Formats: sequence, structure tokens, C-alpha cells
Amino acid sequence: MTAAEPSVRPTIALGMRNVVKEYAGEPPVRALDGISLDVAAGEIVAIVGPSGSGKSTLLHVVGTLDRATSGSVHVAGYDVNALNDKALSALRSRHIGFVFQQFFLLAGETALDNVADGMLYTGMPLAERRQLATAALDKVGLADRSTHIATKLSGGERQRVAIARALIGDPQIVLADEPTGNLDSKSGASILALMKELNDEGTTIVVITHDRLMAREFPREVTILDGRVERDSGTPL
Amino acid sequence: MNAPIPPSRLTSADALRAAGVGLRTRRLRSILSALGIVIGIGAMVAVLGLSESSKSDLLSQLDELGTNMLQATGTAGIGIGSGELPEESPAMVGRIGPVETVTSVSEVPTANVYRNDFIPAGQSGGLTVYAAMPNLLETLQGSMAQGVFLDQASADYPVAVLGSVTAERLGIRSLEVPTRVWLGDEWFPVVGIMDSLALSPDLDRAALVSTTAAADYLGADLVPTKLYVRANPADIGDVRNVLPATVNPENPDQVEVTRPSDALEAREAAESALTSLFLGLGAVALLVGGVGIANVMVISVLERRGEIGLRRALGATKRHISVQFLGESLMLSFIGGVGGVVLGALITAGYAVLRDWDILIPAAAIVGGIVASLVIGAVAGLYPARRAASVSPTEALRAL
Repeated sequence: MTAAEPSVRPTIALGMRNVVKEYAGEPPVRALDGISLDVAAGEIVAIVGPSGSGKSTLLHVVGTLDRATSGSVHVAGYDVNALNDKALSALRSRHIGFVFQQFFLLAGETALDNVADGMLYTGMPLAERRQLATAALDKVGLADRSTHIATKLSGGERQRVAIARALIGDPQIVLADEPTGNLDSKSGASILALMKELNDEGTTIVVITHDRLMAREFPREVTILDGRVERDSGTPL
Repeated sequence: MNAPIPPSRLTSADALRAAGVGLRTRRLRSILSALGIVIGIGAMVAVLGLSESSKSDLLSQLDELGTNMLQATGTAGIGIGSGELPEESPAMVGRIGPVETVTSVSEVPTANVYRNDFIPAGQSGGLTVYAAMPNLLETLQGSMAQGVFLDQASADYPVAVLGSVTAERLGIRSLEVPTRVWLGDEWFPVVGIMDSLALSPDLDRAALVSTTAAADYLGADLVPTKLYVRANPADIGDVRNVLPATVNPENPDQVEVTRPSDALEAREAAESALTSLFLGLGAVALLVGGVGIANVMVISVLERRGEIGLRRALGATKRHISVQFLGESLMLSFIGGVGGVVLGALITAGYAVLRDWDILIPAAAIVGGIVASLVIGAVAGLYPARRAASVSPTEALRAL
């Protein structure tokens, strides 16, 4: 079996089976305690939980930034456990989009180039990336801000740039970690609306949040507590 | 079945762009950290450039002055001579086959030179009066700054020619107005001022009069003090060997023969030693510059953990991250190296113009300077780059 061979149904963008993540210590800290979760392609899901519930660890594990201690994780049809570090980097560069609470935009670069950086590690030439970035900025409603220095935009606009960066390569799944955490309520609401809109167009989105009210606005809400799924408002497909 | 995932790739152009991000966003810090390299490379290029330019100047000077001149003086001291040479020695030396010209100067110990007769006798200013023959200037390959040298026409008259230092000490800058000096107990009109004599700098501090004038007006009992001999360059060694016995057959050991061009070469050798010292200092500055870059890069890695986390999330491998930071360090040091070469070249050019030398900057110094800066940059960037690559993406993203 090669690392590239898929082992779950392709309609499942994300699949987790009995995922455990333990951090070394005395005693070891179990951040994820046997989580099983499927997210279907085209779905939008809110994963909600209080601080320390393990939701950030969950994001890192499904985002392949960290490995599970045990259990299986499938992303975009790939068995993450079967991939080495280089292959995981490749998986992230093409199939996973990230949106962070702190935006993480590169200072001094324009909105267009920040978005173009979303495909930086695919080897695509800059001119082509910029073309895609223009389309992605248009998608998030920032076509007129492409030449602005990204870090000088308003909070809501910065998060839109970050979303465009996550979308540029048309990934199979977008993982958003507290995307409205650093925004005022109005900007937060518009970001939420944007994500729903993108989902309507077919993008699979997993939003991680501690905000229960916001989570309720999603068609599916998964509550995490002490590293376990406490409640899942819907099952995929 | 899913297709194999194409590996993450960072094109060279993108790697260069990524490496430049840190420099573009932290300009002042980049400039300051490159400054160490600028100073180090600048010092080394300037030292090499100046040494080369001065060497070329010396070579052309030697070329012009010739290395075929010998100087003979009598040794002075109890039991080793009076410092004087036999009266007939110039004529005897002239009879040595390969000798082309010979001339002598005789010190006039009874006379001193003053600006005027009001100057107290004790304030002689360390200046000496010599009686010289008309062919002295030609033998020494000297030149006149102003006026003329002693010649047959002025041989019988009380006229003086001043060395360059003498003229300066007496405050005589121009001979446009008839000028005279108080020499012995007579007024001597000044007919000429010599340029500095590279082969006989002691004559720069002298006032020269003709032998006839020295005898007639200063009452000097003239005995040659120094002999200047030009010989066929091929036979210079042989001439040097026979010179003491020819000059003073009775006491050849009381004759000291030197080759003034050797002194110039020795000066160059001394300057070479200084060049090595300055090169060493430049190398130390370069090393300190490298440590500065390493320091700045380590801080940069700590500060940019968020960016590292983001790049890993975007698909960068550890190698991509380390290439980015190594590239940044190389870029910093390259900028420093180029700046240093420009600075060194400017210093060399400025000083060479000031000294009227040819501007010579060795290509090896330019290439070596750039290569050295890149090596320093690579070494300085290695540890920070490895450190950046080892940053865990989850910790980096959590750090903020």
C-alpha cells in the first residue's frame, strides 16, 4: 500500500476514528480522548468547546500539523498515518486551507501577494498564483484592496484576505480556528456570512470556536469537552 | 483512488523572495546588522587596495630613480673614523669601469643657514650646509620645485639651493620675489628649491652651495662627506664590493656603502607587515559582523515563530524554512559584502587621489571580499536556519 492510496470514501473530506492525542508529562495530558468524527465534502461544521477542551489540538491533528498518538485520521482521502512529514507538507499545500484567529498575514506584502502565498509551496509561478489570488480576493469581496498592504487593512478585511489565501488552491477542506475571535461583532458576522456563502459554493469548512452562540448558526454543531465528542447535532450524509 | 500528492516545491525565485521578506520588513535592523560585514570587508579591500596602489607607486618611483645608485659615507666614532672621506675619493671612484657618474657633497660644519641675521645662532633648525657639485641633482634623479640648481655659471657666486624641508623651515614658499638667506656670515641669494629627494632624504634638510663659494665665502676646508655613485645596473654588486677600498684604500673598513633604493624597498616591506596587521583587524571586524548577523537571525527566528507556523501550515517543509532563513542570512551578508567592497574601493580611490597614486584595487580583493562575506553569512545563518526548521508548527501557531 502506498502513502497516496486512499482508504475512505472520497465524499468524506475528513474522517477520524478513535483519535487519541497525549502530551508527554507526569502524568501525561490526554488532549483528545478517542474522538471519531466524519465531515462530508461540502459540509460546514462548527466544533465548539470551552478553553482547554482540546479543540485546538483537534485542529492541529486534522490539519496534519501534529500527529495523533493513536487512531486514524483521513484527510481528503489520504491516510495521514501513512504519510511522512514531506508528504504531509504536500498534503497541506494542496488540500488543506487554514484560517487563523491572528490572521498571520506577512507584513509589508500586499493583499494580493499574501493570498498568492497560499500556493507558494506548490511550485506554481508567481504570475499564475497572482491570477488565482485576484479571483480569490474577488470571491471574498476584496477585489479593490488587492494592492493594499495587507497588515494595514481593517480586522475584518485582514481576515477576508486570510480566507482568500486559504481558498486560493481550492482545497478539499478549510480549517478555521476562531476566525472571528479578533473581530468586532459586525465584522465577525460578515466573516461568518462569507463562510456560509463559500460553503454554498461547495467549500468544505470546519470552524473551531468557543462561542456557543455562533456555533448555533451552523447547520451542524459538534461539542467537544475534555477531548471527547459530547454532542453532535447531525451526522454527515 | 487518489492520485499521489505532488511534493511541496519552492521555486528558486520564490525562495529568494521569501528570504527577502525579513529584510524588507525590518530594514533598519537589516542595515545595522549588515554594517559589521561592510566594515570588515571595507577594511580588507581598502587595505589591499591601498597596499597595491602604494606598491605600484613605489615601483614606478624605483623605476624612475633607478636602483643602480650607491652611497658611500665615512664611519664616525672613536677608532672607527672621522666620518670624512679622502679628498681624492670622487676621482678614484670615477675610474672604476662600470661607474657612470660620481658626485659628492661636503658638509660645511662652520656654517649654518638662517632666514635672516636676527635669528639667534643657536636656532639652526637642524639644517645643514653642504657644498655640492653641479651634477648632484642629476645623479640623485632629483628635480627642482622652483628656480635652478647650482651650475657652472653660478659656481663662483655666493648662491644657495635649498632642500624642500629647509625651504619650509625657513618659511620660503616662493622665489618669485628675490629671496636670500643668512648663511655663515654672508647673505646668499636663493636660486632654487629642490623637490624632496627620495634617494637622499637627508639633503631635504640641507642648504647647498657650490664648492667654490663654500671655500671662498665660508672659508671651509672641504672634505667629501658623502659620495653618490651611479653604475651600470648589471655590475652594481661588483662596484659595491670594490667601493670601500677605492674610496679609502688605507681604511676600507671606515667606509659604509649603502644602496638607498634598498631603504625604499625596506619601507615597502614594513608597510607589507602593516598590511597584514590591518588585514587581520579587518578579518576580526568581519568575524564580529558574522556574529552580529547570527545574533540578529536567532532573534528573528524567535520573533517570527508565527510566520514559521503559517508557512508550515501553507505546506512548507522543514527544508523550505531552513532555506528561507539561510537565504536571509546570505542576503544580509552579501549586501554587507557588496557595501564593503564599494566602501573599500572608495577609500582606496580617495586616498590614492590624495597621494597622487594610480588607483589599483586588486580583483582578488573584490571577489575575495564577496566570497568571504557569503561564507560568513552561510556559517552565521546555519544555526538560526536549523533552529527555525525545528520549530514545531503547532507551538509556533500557539505562541501568539
